[in-house]
Amino acid sequence: MARSTWGRPAGRPYMDCHKINLKMLKNRLIPVLLLRNGIIVQSRGFKRYQPLGNPVAMVRRLNVWTTDELIYLDISPGSVYDTGRDDHRDGNRSSLLGIIRDISDACFMPLTFGGRIRSIDDMRQYLSAGADKVTINTQAIANPEFISEGAKVFGAQCIVVSIDVKINDNGDYEVYTERGRVPTNLDPVKWAKEVEERGAGEIFLNSIDRDGTGKGYDLNLIKKVTDSVSIPMIVCGGVGEWAHFADGLKMGGVSAVAAANIFNYTEQSVYNAKKYLYENGFNIRKHALIDDTLRDKSSKNN
Amino acid sequence: MNNKRVVILDDGCSNVRSVFNAFRAFDSDVKITNAFNDIRDASHIVLPGVGAYAECKTGLCKFNLVELLQKEVIEKGKPFLGICVGMQALATLGKEFGEHQGLDWIAGIVDKIDTSKSKLRLPHVGWNELSIMKSNPLFEGIEPGTTFYFVHSFQFRPKDDSVVSSFCDYGVQVTASVQRDNIFGVQFHPEKSQSAGIRLLKNFTGIN
Repeated sequence: MARSTWGRPAGRPYMDCHKINLKMLKNRLIPVLLLRNGIIVQSRGFKRYQPLGNPVAMVRRLNVWTTDELIYLDISPGSVYDTGRDDHRDGNRSSLLGIIRDISDACFMPLTFGGRIRSIDDMRQYLSAGADKVTINTQAIANPEFISEGAKVFGAQCIVVSIDVKINDNGDYEVYTERGRVPTNLDPVKWAKEVEERGAGEIFLNSIDRDGTGKGYDLNLIKKVTDSVSIPMIVCGGVGEWAHFADGLKMGGVSAVAAANIFNYTEQSVYNAKKYLYENGFNIRKHALIDDTLRDKSSKNN
Repeated sequence: MNNKRVVILDDGCSNVRSVFNAFRAFDSDVKITNAFNDIRDASHIVLPGVGAYAECKTGLCKFNLVELLQKEVIEKGKPFLGICVGMQALATLGKEFGEHQGLDWIAGIVDKIDTSKSKLRLPHVGWNELSIMKSNPLFEGIEPGTTFYFVHSFQFRPKDDSVVSSFCDYGVQVTASVQRDNIFGVQFHPEKSQSAGIRLLKNFTGIN
């Protein structure tokens, strides 16, 4: 069973991780989908985007792979939404809420939605359209009180604060906002602590430098932030092979490992990623290929 | 074929649409409503809950539902399912953002999961395995070891342990489901727990 392409010695379970047979909370594996003007895209360095396809069809595929959870980010620069083709079976959708509703109808897994959330009303709209949690970034930095307000109305468990980090010219980690365009002078560790204090339920930590590179997570950054807070951490940015997920989980304290591109370009990606982690002894929900109940539901919808 | 009519109450801050979709997955007759007529005509009543404790109960009060539910569930004995905060609302008292009275259908309190010893992170988010304590029609056909999706920081601690039908482990025993007669509550989200969750909801609609 040589798995040389995964960059790990074959057949050696990780000794330092949890035993899988214990009854306990599983680590999550989370695909991230990026929506840009109605189309799913691939991102590199938060700057270059390549179109991949229809926003609902992707979700439907992930749904039948017993995916643990899904993060869906709207990174559109304007507010034009066009799923592109009227002849597609999912029809054309010109509004974001319409797209979220379609996604949620196809989605029997937890759905976190983010992108341009500026008010409690925005949150309410997305949640009632079918999101389970919302992730906020720019508005949380502009007005940190927004985090507490959201937690108070919807519960802390509902508010995921997304932190995008880049190494600046001085070689220090710095939080960026506005989809990686605007530096904030904030140190990620300090900001993470404040986010926790203000009542966020989870942190979604992203490395801008690693985004789309396939070089693996920025483990140094992950360790710093993870050790500084006691709310669950979802980490993202840089996964290019299954072993990178393992590296993230081995850090300890990481609750969920996320990635975008690798799930889009690999056949049966969730299945294979989970299989890899499960077989290497990680505390993860077992891989399963098709969930019959949900497949029935998907076909009934059309 | 059957005259099961499920109503999902809308407290104004929950993701009721997911719950609706999950019931639709097995073609049940289901409606999201707070209308008195619908609730009176229903055979099964579901109270989802995503929001904070106070907001959930406030929602019920806002729509003047408490008295009606009392009648339909306690007096008439219609099967009732509370999900997440909807289950916590069954308690006597909730301690999220201050103290708030619950429905008091199952005596107990709702307070923060104790992680002082385990040092585990809160909220408790993700897929966890249940230990099923007593046979319960909700869990029929659900295999041991099945995982369900949880997302919460507060847990229901009933006064009488015998109402706890399952728990999960998160450093301490966390109440995963409760039952007293026709009143059911689950802390996890069946509507987000894929096939096992849909099976559980289907089991619920099978209860008379």
